[in-house]
Amino acid sequence: MHKLINFASDYMCYALKGGTKFYAWMGFLAVLIAYALYGFYLQNTEGQIVTGLTSQIHDGLYLANLVFLVGVAAGAVTIVFPAYVSHNKAMHEVTVLGEMLAISAVLMVMLFVFAHMGRPDRLWHMIPYIGIYNMPGSMLAWDVLVLNGYLLLNFTCAFYYLYAKYTGSEVNKKVFMPLVYISIVWALSIHTVTAFMIATMPARPMWFHSMMPIRFIMTAFAAGPCLIILIFLIIRKNTRMWIQDEAIQLLSTIITWCLGIALFLTMSEIVVELYARTEHANGLYYLMFGLHGLTGLVPWFWSALAFMIIAFVMFLVPAIRTHPKWLPVACVLAFAGIWIEKGMGLIVPGFIPTPIGEVTEYYPTLIEVGVTLGNWALGFFILTILLKGAIGILIGEVKYQGGATKSNDVTGSGKTVAYEAS
Amino acid sequence: MFRKKFPITKPPQEPSPESPAQPASADPSEAGVKTARRDFLKAGGMLSMSSLMGTAALMTMSDDAKAATEWAEHFQGNYRLMTAAEKAEARARLERRHSAEYGKKVTVDGTEAQPGVLMGYALNVRKCIGCRRCVHACVEENNQSRGTRPGEKIEWIQVLRMERGEFSKEKMKQGYPEGLGIQVGGNAYTPVGQVLEGQYHYAPEAVPEKDATYMPIACMQCEKPPCVKVCPVRTTYREPDGVVVIDYNWCIGCRMCMSACPYWARRMNLTTPVLPKEDMNPVTHYLGNRPRMRGVVEKCHWCLQRTRQGRYPACVEVCPVGARKFGNLLDPASEVSVILARKNVFRLKADLNTFPKFFYFYD
Repeated sequence: MHKLINFASDYMCYALKGGTKFYAWMGFLAVLIAYALYGFYLQNTEGQIVTGLTSQIHDGLYLANLVFLVGVAAGAVTIVFPAYVSHNKAMHEVTVLGEMLAISAVLMVMLFVFAHMGRPDRLWHMIPYIGIYNMPGSMLAWDVLVLNGYLLLNFTCAFYYLYAKYTGSEVNKKVFMPLVYISIVWALSIHTVTAFMIATMPARPMWFHSMMPIRFIMTAFAAGPCLIILIFLIIRKNTRMWIQDEAIQLLSTIITWCLGIALFLTMSEIVVELYARTEHANGLYYLMFGLHGLTGLVPWFWSALAFMIIAFVMFLVPAIRTHPKWLPVACVLAFAGIWIEKGMGLIVPGFIPTPIGEVTEYYPTLIEVGVTLGNWALGFFILTILLKGAIGILIGEVKYQGGATKSNDVTGSGKTVAYEAS
Repeated sequence: MFRKKFPITKPPQEPSPESPAQPASADPSEAGVKTARRDFLKAGGMLSMSSLMGTAALMTMSDDAKAATEWAEHFQGNYRLMTAAEKAEARARLERRHSAEYGKKVTVDGTEAQPGVLMGYALNVRKCIGCRRCVHACVEENNQSRGTRPGEKIEWIQVLRMERGEFSKEKMKQGYPEGLGIQVGGNAYTPVGQVLEGQYHYAPEAVPEKDATYMPIACMQCEKPPCVKVCPVRTTYREPDGVVVIDYNWCIGCRMCMSACPYWARRMNLTTPVLPKEDMNPVTHYLGNRPRMRGVVEKCHWCLQRTRQGRYPACVEVCPVGARKFGNLLDPASEVSVILARKNVFRLKADLNTFPKFFYFYD
């Protein structure tokens, strides 16, 4: 118990200390979080009328980001799987970082759930025994189950591993490995269930197709690693932890394949829907070309497609894929493209036209955008703390010393001290 | 006169244990409180948090009725799972709050579904003239929000105006090659017959308009409702008499039901409903037209406050051409049963297997 308290306090002490750059980053995030809190206050006093949501288009930025972030969370499996199933050594060293990303992404998903609900004060109605949990009927109930389970699994795996490292003890593989394998399958389940959640509603023909889960998983395994590579590059530059090129290269290979398959699936959908061009294709048609003169999402769709295709081509070329300058550009393009495609490009046109054929458009308000940014900021705030502490333990700067711990500033210009796996 | 037209058949056997005891409209100061207390004592050891809070709020009789009752409302359970005593208590609490809020005696009825009744609705599409009296009667009867901002105006009925298109002889030969040289006739993209793309925003000088037909829609009260299936907290459910209702106090506002509904029947209260005191209808039902709160979903419930008392829904009563028919589907002599047996009847979006109890027919 004493060790555990030490672990927590050393972790936090190390994570919260940093240089100017670190505090500037955290301060910037804090400002966004404060704005989101204000928006959240307005939403729960005046109501969601302060957002751009209507009875026609009643899910917007919040649900879109929720769906996307479930994918980012699931994307962490692109590290865990090679590390533990293919026994990739470079990946094994950084598994914990991927799990930290998963934890933060799931927490962001929960923030977006809070922002999305009309009555977040009544969320306790979903807690079994106190409230009612509509299992197995409601897909949303399943989604809550798998997301919480995934959070718990990743939290347990990551912190158990770090704790073992911290105290210098061995990881008990009989407990640890089954949990890791469960978390790999579980990662697939979170995005599958999220896809089922919107794909099981014939009232919304744009969503009502069985391709949704695989498309979700493919985009998740492209967008997730993109963010991970960007984070890895930042870590390499700003901390003493060195992430091997091999790990980054494997991730970019995964992105290449998954992005390619995602584009193929997008193409399939377009061909199937637009060849026959029934009324059920109206949503997609609105997204691509506009409907009845309303073209709000057209630039979004085509820019997303352009981003994804350009990124795919860049990833295909080995010289660009391994180039230190061009790789992050490709990652940002793919990430942004998928964010648009799965956010504005999937959720919003599901409501256009409405089931009775009304075509309206969705304009997010400034408050809605602020809450969205603030939720992302809070996610990155948590992620920064989690990663920083984890790195401290991984490179051996935070160790159990019977109470006293040396803690060094890591955000300085500390250059590339090669990290050797112990 | 209308009361006679819609007699609810009550089989003598097995009267529901709860329904006969419920007063049609409990007086907040007398009957409701007394019933609540008596039932509460009767219920003995059952001490849920909601009954404790609720009874406390009722017994203190504080001046700040609104604050006390709202606090208790936060802890009440799902209406369907409440005991008779808890239900009475919840209703009495609402009566107190709404009476204070709207400055008149508001009653919140809790009449349960009666055995042997399955409500059904039939609409004669040939008769409808598109006057939208039903839309307005519904808003007045059911205490919908009637503000001016986009999210504040809620209507449960949409009358879709559909144009009649024509297939003209003159265009027959005006074909043109489209795309890859495929020959297309001159009438190819002209609306023909009744165009099934409705528009409920229309401002006619007089109704019925020439070249237009009308198709009113509202909640279809499906027998297999997709909205009920997706609700994560079971706040929306099918009552034994077939009506799909919402416990507004249990709804978490996740809007899954709105996404799942193929008839666009559900509305979100994006803000506290705009309901002027003088326009508020004080005769309400807990699962029906009682005033809603911010952040919850609402929809048509076939005027439970009326139909459970043997009256017609407001839309049926107000329809000037008699296009709307309502009755008990289990009673072969009822008007809807006769229509189902003898007329040409169809359901909207039958391909989705939602099995609506709202039927369309034509003579």
